[in-house]
Amino acid sequence: MAFGAFATSTAVVEPAARKKSPVALLLLLPGLFYLGLFFLVPLFSLVITSVQEPDPVIFGQFQNAFRWENYVTVLEQYWPQAIRSFGYAALATLFALLIGFPLAYFIGITLRRWPLLQALALVLVIAPFFISFLLRTIAWKQLFSDEGPIVGFLQALAILPGDAAITGSAFAVVFGLTYNFIPFMTLPIYTSLERLDLRYVEAGGDLYASPRSTFFRVTLPLAAPGIMSGTLLTFIPASGDYINASREFLGSTDTAMIGNVIEANFLVLQNFPAAAALSLVLMAVILVLVSVYVKRSGTEDLL
Amino acid sequence: MRGFGKYAIWVYSAMALVFLMIPIIYTIVFSFNDSRRTNIVWRGFTLDNWLNVCEAQGVCQAFANSILIGVVATVLATTLGTMIAIALVRYRFRFRSATTLLLFLPMATPEVVLGAGLAAQFLQAGIGKGIGTIILAHTMFCISFVVVTVRARVSSLDPALEEAGRDLYGSPREVFWRITFPLLLPGIIAAALLSFALSFDDFIITNFNRGADVTFPSYIYTAAARGIPAEANVIASGVFLLAIALVLIAQFSAAAKRRRLAKTT
Repeated sequence: MAFGAFATSTAVVEPAARKKSPVALLLLLPGLFYLGLFFLVPLFSLVITSVQEPDPVIFGQFQNAFRWENYVTVLEQYWPQAIRSFGYAALATLFALLIGFPLAYFIGITLRRWPLLQALALVLVIAPFFISFLLRTIAWKQLFSDEGPIVGFLQALAILPGDAAITGSAFAVVFGLTYNFIPFMTLPIYTSLERLDLRYVEAGGDLYASPRSTFFRVTLPLAAPGIMSGTLLTFIPASGDYINASREFLGSTDTAMIGNVIEANFLVLQNFPAAAALSLVLMAVILVLVSVYVKRSGTEDLL
Repeated sequence: MRGFGKYAIWVYSAMALVFLMIPIIYTIVFSFNDSRRTNIVWRGFTLDNWLNVCEAQGVCQAFANSILIGVVATVLATTLGTMIAIALVRYRFRFRSATTLLLFLPMATPEVVLGAGLAAQFLQAGIGKGIGTIILAHTMFCISFVVVTVRARVSSLDPALEEAGRDLYGSPREVFWRITFPLLLPGIIAAALLSFALSFDDFIITNFNRGADVTFPSYIYTAAARGIPAEANVIASGVFLLAIALVLIAQFSAAAKRRRLAKTT
């Protein structure tokens, strides 16, 4: 599985020496050409689209221009949604870590003595990938609905006022995001803990370290590549997500995230320059955050 | 982690796993709901939805489209990605860091940006959106995941095995197809399964590039506004149960193998 995507890979055997050969080009070119055509060129298209201006003659059409003010306009109009996206994504990443790390520790270390239980627990963590993301989110919506079991239970206990709703709230959106990304957080951490040599932990104990300081000074640093990988695999997609925050799912107009705004501008309002400018803003912020984060955690060899 | 902590982690993890299962169980249970039009309130058990899956309009067409897109995108992405992975591990070439950056960026870009970018490109080039453009989009985002998955396998390959093949006068072609490729196959299969899963469940990028064609996730998204028919739950549950059965078999046979190996050594 590619959940080590953002972590450094550790080779088990001494790899073969790298040769220089024209074969390398033949192997690389088709794929890289494809990525150039369908990843880099679209980014360039976004840049061109983001500075277009409305066609003075045909309503709803745009013509090429250099209207960099478009960026100012969209930021003025949509800064609350942009801030909200990163806030929700950060909260969801934190909660997913609080649930995912102990779970990964349990599967990767506690369950080592029971390989069958370990295999079963791992299957349960991967299981959500095999059933539609949208249907899982709809399931939460229905469980949280005003007539649903959860609202009824909380109202009976008087934790929730009689007229309160859960769906459509910030809580529901962060809840949905957290739920959806727990496996993305758990699996990379599991991958790094699964390989952890328990003799290091024993050595900590032998050197009279308390279990607590052994955990913070031995286990946690060794799990760091997995934690980094997991937080990126959660934060990046969560900040661009627009399913959980959409009105038909767990959100409302008050919870709209930047993804909702991009979708609405591109597919509904057909205001392509606004959608393109916001997409590039989102990408720029993420790239800055990711590179700062990667620099600070000290693993620069990403792939 | 001693004493109390030892039990706490069992309880905490069990709760987390149950939490992960709740919406899955909900979806499966509601595939047996005797619902009319919308599938929100439980009205009693029935097998009708399972027996007449295609009754709900468009759901089977959407499912067939998703399978077609998933298969074609998987074949393309797995081929291109495997070639790149082999080149990355085995060869020296210029622009290595630019290459790894180009492979890393699509994974670090939010889907909504990838989707909007492709849609802007197709719009400017005047290309009509449909199944074709969905396949192009899916292949793009699957390539990087294939490279990462296969690369791990290539770098764990013992070069002595290929050397042995060459010592025994195998031509480069024979060495590749009779030694390297079979050894890489588990990694390639894992990458293909991952690609298919990513493609099959993708909604965001698809939604920007589908035009009027419908995939299974986009069917659900559109239906969400007026109520999702139970037949959609049937298809999702069927796919889920099949996938889980395959994974369980693979996991348990691997675990059993590990145990056998542990006993013999």
